[in-house]
Amino acid sequence: MKLLPVLFLVFFCLVRANGNELLTSTLIKIGAHGNGNQEAIRAISKDNQLDHSSILPLLIAMNSANSVGDNWIRAVISETIISSDPANFPIQKIHNFLENQSNAGSSRLTAFELLQDNNPKLANSIIPSLIHDPEPSLRRYAIAKILDDASLEKDAEIALGLYQKALNFAREVDQIQEATKQLRNRGETIDLVELMGFITSWEIVGPFDNSERMGFGKVYSPETESVSRESYKGKNGQAKWTAFSTSHNLGMLDINEEYGQIKEALAYAKTTFVSDSAQKVQIRLGSKNAWKVWVNGDLLYSRDEYHRGKTRIDQFVIDGELKKGANKILLKVCQNEQTQSWTKQWEFCLRITDKSGKPIRQSSVN
Amino acid sequence: MKISKIIFLLLSFSFIQSVHAEWLAFRGSQGNGSSKSSDPGKIELQGKNSWVTELPGRGLSSPVVVNDTVFLTASSGPNQETLHIIAFEQTNGQKKWERKFKATGRTVCHQKTCVAASTIASDGQVLIAQFSSNDIFCLTLSGRIKWLRGLAFDNPNIANGLGMSSSPRIASGTAIIQVENDADSFSFGLDMADGTTVWKKERTRAANWTSPISIRKNDREIIGLQSKDGLTAIDPVNGKNLWAYEEGASTIPSSTWTEENIVLVPSNGMTALKIDKKLMSFKKIWRDNKLKPGTGSPTTSKGKLYVVNNANVLSCASVKTGEILWRMRLQGPVSSSPVIGSHHLYIFNETGLCQVVDLRDESPSVVHSIDLEDTILGTPAVSKDAIFIRSDKRLWKLGA
Repeated sequence: MKLLPVLFLVFFCLVRANGNELLTSTLIKIGAHGNGNQEAIRAISKDNQLDHSSILPLLIAMNSANSVGDNWIRAVISETIISSDPANFPIQKIHNFLENQSNAGSSRLTAFELLQDNNPKLANSIIPSLIHDPEPSLRRYAIAKILDDASLEKDAEIALGLYQKALNFAREVDQIQEATKQLRNRGETIDLVELMGFITSWEIVGPFDNSERMGFGKVYSPETESVSRESYKGKNGQAKWTAFSTSHNLGMLDINEEYGQIKEALAYAKTTFVSDSAQKVQIRLGSKNAWKVWVNGDLLYSRDEYHRGKTRIDQFVIDGELKKGANKILLKVCQNEQTQSWTKQWEFCLRITDKSGKPIRQSSVN
Repeated sequence: MKISKIIFLLLSFSFIQSVHAEWLAFRGSQGNGSSKSSDPGKIELQGKNSWVTELPGRGLSSPVVVNDTVFLTASSGPNQETLHIIAFEQTNGQKKWERKFKATGRTVCHQKTCVAASTIASDGQVLIAQFSSNDIFCLTLSGRIKWLRGLAFDNPNIANGLGMSSSPRIASGTAIIQVENDADSFSFGLDMADGTTVWKKERTRAANWTSPISIRKNDREIIGLQSKDGLTAIDPVNGKNLWAYEEGASTIPSSTWTEENIVLVPSNGMTALKIDKKLMSFKKIWRDNKLKPGTGSPTTSKGKLYVVNNANVLSCASVKTGEILWRMRLQGPVSSSPVIGSHHLYIFNETGLCQVVDLRDESPSVVHSIDLEDTILGTPAVSKDAIFIRSDKRLWKLGA
């Protein structure tokens, strides 16, 4: 007689586990163009067995899902929490998941946000430990707290130390700028170019024609040559590679300084970045002009848009790879025909970081 | 056509017949900024039918009202990457539910706008929420996920460095989504049943913040897509072009369809197109450059057009003839579109001043105003004898 309820419980758990597995495997497979939507709708509508024990498997599934799949999983977790007994919210399991840095950054951030919603006291107590976190969106919480503490600190020396700590550990631009501003107000000297790893030494060739914005799609010789020629036929005669560098405090390179404020033109800038290992990196580019970027001859990304807002640091964050040794980085930066005062800029800034936003330094050995 | 889609269409049609009092999309259920339901007349911050509630993030999107619930979007986080869809009880402002997602596309915007700039569209059964990151969510009225799409995940270059603001429209079982930019530029028809792409149209490569409009006659409905080139009418079922007005148009204020079967296009000032009964052709009937709108879109009610220009002048004109009937200067600057209930026009300026104009007067004037003392850039909703309006921080219901 006692065996029957046990068997029923085992059967119930198996059915529920299988249901969860089907749902998570379906959400992992969500692809581009709505592929997987129909299967996800079916899996969600079939599965009414979700409870708090489903949250951890769903977070684990986020490790394998793309960003669209992540949102499906967030929706399912949200519905699971609403329909379950709050007393059974698995605080410790979610905390453990957050602490395990082998989990994906996006799923760990979701875990942290779940703790914020369901146990804010615990979430707040975790924040200081996030200062070393590889996930920038989590690290940001710790830096924000240090900046807050510094702003409230009455002892000038302690405040100075807090701002220095914030600057040392910050990865996101606004927090770096806030800490820099406060330190400079206190007489400190900060070299943001060095700190953030802007690449300031380039070679440039141009101008080439960009009439009617057609140059963006036109393939000029610098795009295709493995070994650069010394000069090319340009928009205004022969165009030669020349040294091109900047002393701007945020590594901004002003192409107008090279060619004058001309319109309907484009230029190529190239540099060599020596990496001490083969590694995945992020190319972080800012430009309000249309641009293309290649690494070792491979086009990474392009953007055909002019003067929609200002040039921003880290405006575009592009995943790429460096090989060990010398890597050729080539940029095409285009200027259009507009004549308004806010369309004069022809500029870019670029740095290379790891996924956390930490600058990657060039190897001293080529 | 799939059976599910047929059932969906039948349910949608029956619902549309019963929702005159609701406010289902940007500039209302009709998309012309007016409501047939009664308006509150004078509005009060402390009125019996008024409330205010805090919001978790920024937004320019308008509230929509379905049954007894107010739905709204917001965006928060250092890069506005957290996307909120929130439901409030319309009687007291209490939050019924909130869903949070992450942006999968670009979130960079001009500081004056933000990622939650597009207004939700509803067919009375589900909600379609669109964000500047080009994430689209379909939720039931109780907040359950039906489907979602990350259009920038599929097309990474559909983005505008200043931010996007086009609001979705629902027609013939399809969610119409305009994502038009200097770089990749498309309009999509997404299946309301599962979010898959029914059609995808290449569009003019130029930044465009306008929203699709519905053009209706009897049981037939087509969609107008505006761009710098003009206005293109399409079949919402397959996205095919039906006709095109090609004399240029604004890329910020949207066109407005009127019950006289006239479409008012912000083009060369204002241009009126009379649409034939089968919705298969148009004829230009008048044009007036003195009726050029500023940022807000034109509003129509009872055969009259109301438009606010960049000098904050509110003009009233005949829809049929374009004859200007009266003009008055408002306190500006004004970014939002005017809305109209049974007898009153409500317009908010950017500093939060709501100016109320009684349209029954022969020489209308501002008969009443209240100051929310907050930045108001979005357009209100008129429903339930009240005005619903939001800032970056708060949502108000303003009744008598």
